[in-house]
Amino acid sequence: MKKKAFQRIYTEISAITKATCDVRAEGIGYQELAWVNGRPAQVIRIVDDLVTLQVFPGTEGISTKTEIVFSGNPPQLNVSDLFCGRFLNAYGDPFDDGPPVEGEARPIGGQTVNPVRRIKPSHLLATGIAGIDLNNTLVTGQKIPFFADPDQPYNSVLAEVAMRAEADRIILGGMGLSYDDYIFFKEIFTNRGVLDRIVSFINTSEDPPLERLLIPDMTCTAAEYFANEKKEKVLVLLTDMTLYADALAIVSNKMDQIPSKDSMPGSLYSDLARIYEKAVQFAHGGSITIVAVTTLNEGDITHAIPDNTGYITEGQLFLKKDTYTGKVIVDPFRSLSRLKQNVIGKKTREDHPQVMNALIRLYADAMQARTKKENGFDLNDYDERCMKFALDYSNEILAVDINITIPEMLDRGWSLFERYFEKYEVGIKEMFIQKYWLGTADM
Amino acid sequence: MTKGIITSIVSNLITIKANGPISQNEICHVLRGQISLRAEVIRIKGSIAFAQVFEETRGIKIGDEVNFTGQMLEVELGPGILSKNYDGLQNDLDKMGGTFLRIGEITEPLDADVFYDFKPIATKGDRVSAGEWLGEVKENWMNHKIMVPFAMVETYEVLSVIKAGDYNKDTAIAVLQDEKGQKHEITMVQRWPVKRAISAYKMKNRPFEILQTGLRVIDTLNPITEGGTGYIPGPFGTGKTVLQQAIAKNGEADIVIIVACGERANEVVEIFTEFPELIDPRSGRKLQERTTIICNTSNMPVAAREASVYVGMTLAEYYRNMGLKVLLLADSTSRWAQALREMSNRLEELPGPDAFPVELSAIIANFYSRAGVVELNNSTTGSVTFIGTISPVGGNFKEPVTESTSKVARCFYALSQKRADAKRYPAIDALASYSKYLDYDEFVEFADQHIQEGWVNLVKKVKDIVQLGLEAKDQIDILGDDAVPPEYHVNFWKAELIDFGFIQQDSFDEVDMSTSIERQRAMLNRFYKISVMDFPFSDFQEIGSYFKKLINLFKQMNYVPLDSNEFRKFENDLDLMLQPYATPVATT
Ligand SMILES: Nc1ncnc2c1ncn2[C@@H]1O[C@H](COP(=O)(O)OP(=O)(O)OP(=O)(O)O)[C@@H](O)[C@H]1O
Ligand SMILES: [Mg+2]
Repeated sequence: MKKKAFQRIYTEISAITKATCDVRAEGIGYQELAWVNGRPAQVIRIVDDLVTLQVFPGTEGISTKTEIVFSGNPPQLNVSDLFCGRFLNAYGDPFDDGPPVEGEARPIGGQTVNPVRRIKPSHLLATGIAGIDLNNTLVTGQKIPFFADPDQPYNSVLAEVAMRAEADRIILGGMGLSYDDYIFFKEIFTNRGVLDRIVSFINTSEDPPLERLLIPDMTCTAAEYFANEKKEKVLVLLTDMTLYADALAIVSNKMDQIPSKDSMPGSLYSDLARIYEKAVQFAHGGSITIVAVTTLNEGDITHAIPDNTGYITEGQLFLKKDTYTGKVIVDPFRSLSRLKQNVIGKKTREDHPQVMNALIRLYADAMQARTKKENGFDLNDYDERCMKFALDYSNEILAVDINITIPEMLDRGWSLFERYFEKYEVGIKEMFIQKYWLGTADM
Repeated sequence: MTKGIITSIVSNLITIKANGPISQNEICHVLRGQISLRAEVIRIKGSIAFAQVFEETRGIKIGDEVNFTGQMLEVELGPGILSKNYDGLQNDLDKMGGTFLRIGEITEPLDADVFYDFKPIATKGDRVSAGEWLGEVKENWMNHKIMVPFAMVETYEVLSVIKAGDYNKDTAIAVLQDEKGQKHEITMVQRWPVKRAISAYKMKNRPFEILQTGLRVIDTLNPITEGGTGYIPGPFGTGKTVLQQAIAKNGEADIVIIVACGERANEVVEIFTEFPELIDPRSGRKLQERTTIICNTSNMPVAAREASVYVGMTLAEYYRNMGLKVLLLADSTSRWAQALREMSNRLEELPGPDAFPVELSAIIANFYSRAGVVELNNSTTGSVTFIGTISPVGGNFKEPVTESTSKVARCFYALSQKRADAKRYPAIDALASYSKYLDYDEFVEFADQHIQEGWVNLVKKVKDIVQLGLEAKDQIDILGDDAVPPEYHVNFWKAELIDFGFIQQDSFDEVDMSTSIERQRAMLNRFYKISVMDFPFSDFQEIGSYFKKLINLFKQMNYVPLDSNEFRKFENDLDLMLQPYATPVATT
C-alpha cells in the first residue's frame, strides 16, 4: 500500500479517540484508505464534510495538526506469483526482509461469488489425521474452525493439517499470533521445504490490534487470486479468529454503537460470514477451503464468538487430550464436519460410514466403562474389552501424530474390531462383514 | 421526479438531501459513475431522507446524486417465476454474467423471450375485479392464472380477451374498461409492493386441512395445516436446514418457495444441484419445476435480507390467488431480525430487548399473518403455509426473535441439542413442541373424516405414553436400575420404542425420508396397541433386550416400502415377538 504523489492532503484534525480521528475533507469515498501522519487509516463514516478515519495502528501521539493523505482507493493488495514464500503484514507490505511485492493492485474484501456459479463441494481433502479424514472428513470449498482452549496446541495441529493436506497453495492469516508461533510457522514451512507454496499475512500480538481487521480480507484476496485465476486448490488458515472479533468490538465501541451479547457488535454474524463465505468450490476446479481457529473462553461455546461462528461454518473440530494415552486427538464426539456426507462411502471406500460409526460407538461404550470404573463399579467382560479397544483406537488411529491414508484407517479399524469384538457386537451391515472381516469371505 | 445528493454515509445507511417530495419506503437510486445502487428510504426528517442501501457502499461519496423513483420495493409477477433462482431483490441470478456478483447489476425477473400457451377464462362482458382470472398459461406443468392486477381497485368490464395461442409475457391479453369508461390493457405481468399483503380475495378462513410433510413427528404428533404457520428454533447444527429441505422435498404443496435468508451459500447450491434431479412423487415432475429459490446468503448485502423474506411472501401470495397450495420456507428469520437490528442501531433508535428494534414483535406478527388459507372471489381456495427457522443466540429460546415468533406462529418445532448430540434425528423434541391445530375443532373433525375416527385423541394418548416414559426415566436415573419396579422400565422402553420407531426418521434414506399419512396411521395404531400391552418381565435387563429387538424390527420396517415382501417378513417377526403378550394380563 504505497503512497502516490497526486493525493489530497489535509492537516486539521477536529476530534481524536483511541481508534479514530475526524477530519474535514471533501470528495472522499466511503472505505477509502488514508494515512494519518504516515499511519494507515480507513474511512468508516462520512457526515457532510466530516470524515471519520479508523487509524489501524492507533492514535497514540497523533496531534490535531497532522498530515492526512487520502489514497483515492479502498485498501488494496498487490497480487502476483511473487508473493509465494513471503511473510507480509496486515497491509500486504513485507513482514520479512524481502522487497515489496510487485503485482496487480486488487481491492481487498472483494465481491461475492454468484451462488449459481458455485459447485457443490464434494472433493475430498485428505489430511492423514484420522480424527479428521475418518470421522470428520473435509472437502475442498468447506469452512471449518477448531474450537480450542487457549492451552491446547491448536497452532501446531493447524500447521500439521496444512503440511499434509493435498493443497496447491496455503495462505496463512495470523491474527495476534504470539511471536513464538510466528517463528514456529516460519520454521515448519521452511524445514518441510514447502515455503514456495505458502503466503503468510502476519499480525503478531506485539502489533496493533486494529491491524488484525485487515488480515482475513488480505488472506482471502490472495486466496481468490490463486483459486480463481490460477484454478488452484487453496487452503486458508486463519488463527485466531477470536482476536479478530475482539478487534471488531474495539472499533464498534469507539463508534458508540450499541453492543449486543458479550460486548460484541450487533453485526458480528455478518462480519464473520463475509470472511468464511469466501470458501468456495469453483466449477473450473479451483477452490478455497478455510480452516480456522476460534479460541474459547473456559470452553464456553455459547459465547457470541463461537456461537456466531457455529451458525456460519460447516461444522467444528474440537481437540482433546486423551488422558489414558496422553495423545492429542480430534474429539470424536463433539466434532462434526457437515459436508462429510458428500464424500464418505461415495468418494471413499464403501465401508467408511459404517466403520466410522461403529468405532465411535464402541469408543463411547469405553468412555462409559471408564466412568463406571472411576465410580468404583465392577466391569464386565465387554467393558474390559471396550477399554482395551479405546487405548488402541486412540494410539493406532486417532492420535494426530499418526499420518495414514483413509483405506489404512479403515483397515486398522477392522483389525481392532477383530481384536476385541464378536461380529454381532460391531453392528455393521452383513455385506461389509463378509467382505472386510478377515477370514469371513472364505468361510 | 425528486432528486437529491448524499450528505452522509455510515456503513449501508446514507442520508440524502432531497429537492422535492419523498415518501417512506420509497426506492431511490444512488448514482456512482456508471453504476446505480438501489436504496430504500427508512426515515424522513424535513428534506433529509435516511436510506438503507441494498448494495455495498464502498466508494460512495458525499455529493453523489440520487434519483427517487416514487415507488416502493416491488416485485414483478407473471409466468416464469417457477424454477428461478432469485436474489433478495428478485434479480434472476442465472442471468448475471461472470463468476462474481457485480455491484448494482440488475437482471430481469421474468423472461421476455418465452412464449406461453394461453387460454382465455373470462369472456367479453364479464365484470371483474382485482385478482380475478382472465386467462391461464402453462408454466412448467401448472396452470398459471393471468389475473386482473391487484393494484386495480375498481370493478371493470371485460371488453376483449385475446384468443388461445402462444404469447409472451408482455402481450396485451385483455382489455378492461373501468366505470369512467377508461380502457386498460392487461398483460401477463403486474407489479406489487412487497411490504403490502395481497388481499384480492373474498375472505380468510381458519385452517383445518393437514398439509402433509412426510415427517411423522410433524404430520401425526404436531401437524401443520394448509395455510398454517410454524417455526423451528434450534441451536446451530441441530438440523433446522436439513428439516426444512426435507419439507421442501416432500411437502404436499403445489408450489414451494424457499427463502435462504442470510445462511450458507453451499446450502443453496445443494438445492440447485439436487432439485433438478429429484422427482416430486405426487406430480411425477422434477421438484425444481414447482420450486422458486430466493437467496440472500450471508455474504450478500445485509439490507436485502429483509427484502428477501417479503419478496418470498409476495410471490407466495400471488400463487395463492391462483387457487394453489403454496408452501413458503424461510431459513433463517433470525438473520432478517438481525438486519433490522443493524439498521435500527445505525439510526440510533432507542433499542428494545437485546438491542433489537422495539417494533420487532409487531413486524414478525405482521409477516406471519400474511400466511393463511383464503377463499377467492370465485369460491376456490388457495393457501400460503409458512414455516420459518430461528437461530437463537447461544441456543437459548429466551430471546426476542423466538419469543416474538411464539406469539404468532401456531406450530412450534423445538430442536433439542440433546437429541441432536444423541443423533436422534430429526432432533425435534416431540413433547416440548406443539401444534395448536390439534385443538381446533375444525381440525379434529377433518382428522376424524380423513384419517381415522378419534385420531386427535389417539395422538394425545401416544404423547402421554412418551411423557410417562420420560418420567420413568427420571426416576430410574435418580433411584437406580434395580431400585425401581420393572413397570418403570417397561414404561421407559415403550417411550423409547415410539421414539426410535416413529419419531426418529432418516432424512437421507429413500424410503424412510417421507411417510404417507396412511402409513403413519397404521404405525401409530400399532404403537398404541403395544403400549397398552402388559409385559410381565421381572428383570430390567430382560426388558431392555426385548425392546431393543422390537426397536430393531421397527427400524428395519421403516426402511422398506409398505407393500414389499421384506415388510411383510418383518411384520411377521414382530407379530411372533408380540404374541406371548397379546392378551393383556389381568392385574389386580
Ligand atoms: N434428519 C437428520 N438426519 C441425519 N443427520 C442430520 C439430520 N438433521 C441434521 N443432521 C446432521 O446435522 C448437521 C447439521 O444440520 P443442519 O445444517 O440442518 O443444522 P442447522 O440447525 O441448520 O444449523 P445452523 O443453524 O448452523 O444452520 C447436518 O449436516 C447433518 O450431519
Ligand atoms: Mg441451517
